[in-house]
Amino acid sequence: MSVLVYTENWDGKFKKLSYELVSYAHAIAGMLDTETVAVSVGDVSDTELTALGKYGASRVLSVQDARLSQLVNQAYASVLYQAAIRENAQVVVMANNFTGKAVAPRLSVKLKAGVGAGVAGLPLSVEPFTIHKKAFNGKAFATIVIKSPVRILTLLQNSFGVKETGGVAAIEEFLPDLAEHDFRTSVEEVSKITGKILLTDAEVVVSGGRGMKGPENWAPLEELARVLGAATACSRPVSDEGWRPHEEHTGQTGKIIAPNLYMAFGISGAIQHLAGVSSSKCIVAINKDPDAPIFEAADYGIVGDAMKVLPEMIAAVREMKGE
Amino acid sequence: MKILICMSNVPDTTTKVRFKDGNTVFDTTGVQWIINPWDELALTRALQLKEEPGSGIEKVTVITVGLADVEPTIRKALAIGADDAIRVNSQATDAYDVARQIAEAIRSEGYDLIMCGIESSDYNNSMVGGMISEFLDIPSVSSVSSVTVENGRFKVKREIDGGKETLSVTAPFVAIVQKGIALEPRIPSMRGIMMARTKPLKVVEPVAPEVLVEHIRYELPPAKAKCRMVAEDNVRELVQLLHTEAKII
Repeated sequence: MSVLVYTENWDGKFKKLSYELVSYAHAIAGMLDTETVAVSVGDVSDTELTALGKYGASRVLSVQDARLSQLVNQAYASVLYQAAIRENAQVVVMANNFTGKAVAPRLSVKLKAGVGAGVAGLPLSVEPFTIHKKAFNGKAFATIVIKSPVRILTLLQNSFGVKETGGVAAIEEFLPDLAEHDFRTSVEEVSKITGKILLTDAEVVVSGGRGMKGPENWAPLEELARVLGAATACSRPVSDEGWRPHEEHTGQTGKIIAPNLYMAFGISGAIQHLAGVSSSKCIVAINKDPDAPIFEAADYGIVGDAMKVLPEMIAAVREMKGE
Repeated sequence: MKILICMSNVPDTTTKVRFKDGNTVFDTTGVQWIINPWDELALTRALQLKEEPGSGIEKVTVITVGLADVEPTIRKALAIGADDAIRVNSQATDAYDVARQIAEAIRSEGYDLIMCGIESSDYNNSMVGGMISEFLDIPSVSSVSSVTVENGRFKVKREIDGGKETLSVTAPFVAIVQKGIALEPRIPSMRGIMMARTKPLKVVEPVAPEVLVEHIRYELPPAKAKCRMVAEDNVRELVQLLHTEAKII
């Protein structure tokens, strides 16, 4: 028996997300009184792999297959399926990110395992396997029971945190049996934005809405993001107008994020926008309209002009950080 | 070539969510039902492809799992321009069962491309498309923001963390589509609405249900503590609060 956790790497390195996933899997393994086994795909150094032990993995299955350098949903599902069978997994943990959303549904069918998608906390109980999670775009919570003997959970990034337990993971080479049939999609072209903090990874997010009035006013917002080490985001009208790139759009139809701090400048807080940010640990809203719905969701607020508040906030943060 | 659009019938996005029977059932009283906005965009894109000269796409079908009360939503999809529709006569429950019902209903129909919206705005599962592909043992591409046809082959773009990839994929396959797939959903024309009444809507009986996940209870989120307001001319105080009280910067 085991709890299996898929730890994704980025150019051979794990991220905080990978450690958070292992920490989460290990906590569930504790509830089931079993061990935590990580699965890693691709070229990752031994130091990096054994370090997963620090967060509770007792072993890590390392898969090396050049064909897996691109995400091929079917092949990855096949790898995790074979690992789950080999380790007799009761639970498989993945991130609720691009990869998790691509692979979890396929794995669910292979394992006949019910999925708890986008969970933010530990199961309420393991017998029956009960989960409390958001539903209806964050307008409600649902208590669900997964009835299958194997379950898949996709964890909302930055919702559980990293917990160090100490320890070293043993590395095992794992050679799953993959057929040509598993590789029927291939990547022909990649375009990547580099040197920016990814919105989904950021612990602090500075976001602008229509109240920013135009793309030419984004410089102070980007400057605040820089001094805070934050990522920038925007509301849907802003990306629809082409003021900001689409990948910055947060909300029901854009990215769903859960940073520690979300600062909304000139965003009224339509229900669709809140659906994407309401899991943030702290929300700060700056808006001219005292009746804007964003203040219902916010922890701290200023009724005022974003363009006036921004320079003062940059100065205050600089002063606090001793810059 | 033929395209299938998997459609779910969801409460309008502005619906106030309420529950009944001791918070175990979603209260549908007064709820306006719509096509999941992502499925509607997928349908729009499929129709654009069909209209492209030389794309080789002859037919666009919509399928949904639901009882007779979902038919108005299906008729709307037909009014937008789908050629025909299939309804699997079963109450939609968990993603696994919905995907299985769809896969079984169309297994021998030979669709070249199956499109699903990224998530239905009711239970936020984002799962049905990937599950259908596995039931049918065909490739799937997720986070798809563009589908085009070139010389009888499909090309798709998917959004990855911090970038985009262009893929070639062997049909038949499933595309789970998201933002970018079409800009605005197509609005039904008067003529479309008239024609929708007579377009074929096939009702298929379900296979025996297999439900892995059960929703047992709902609740509304707890009321949030009141927002702490700071004066506009006192931004420094706000930054101090974030540092000392909230301890996040």
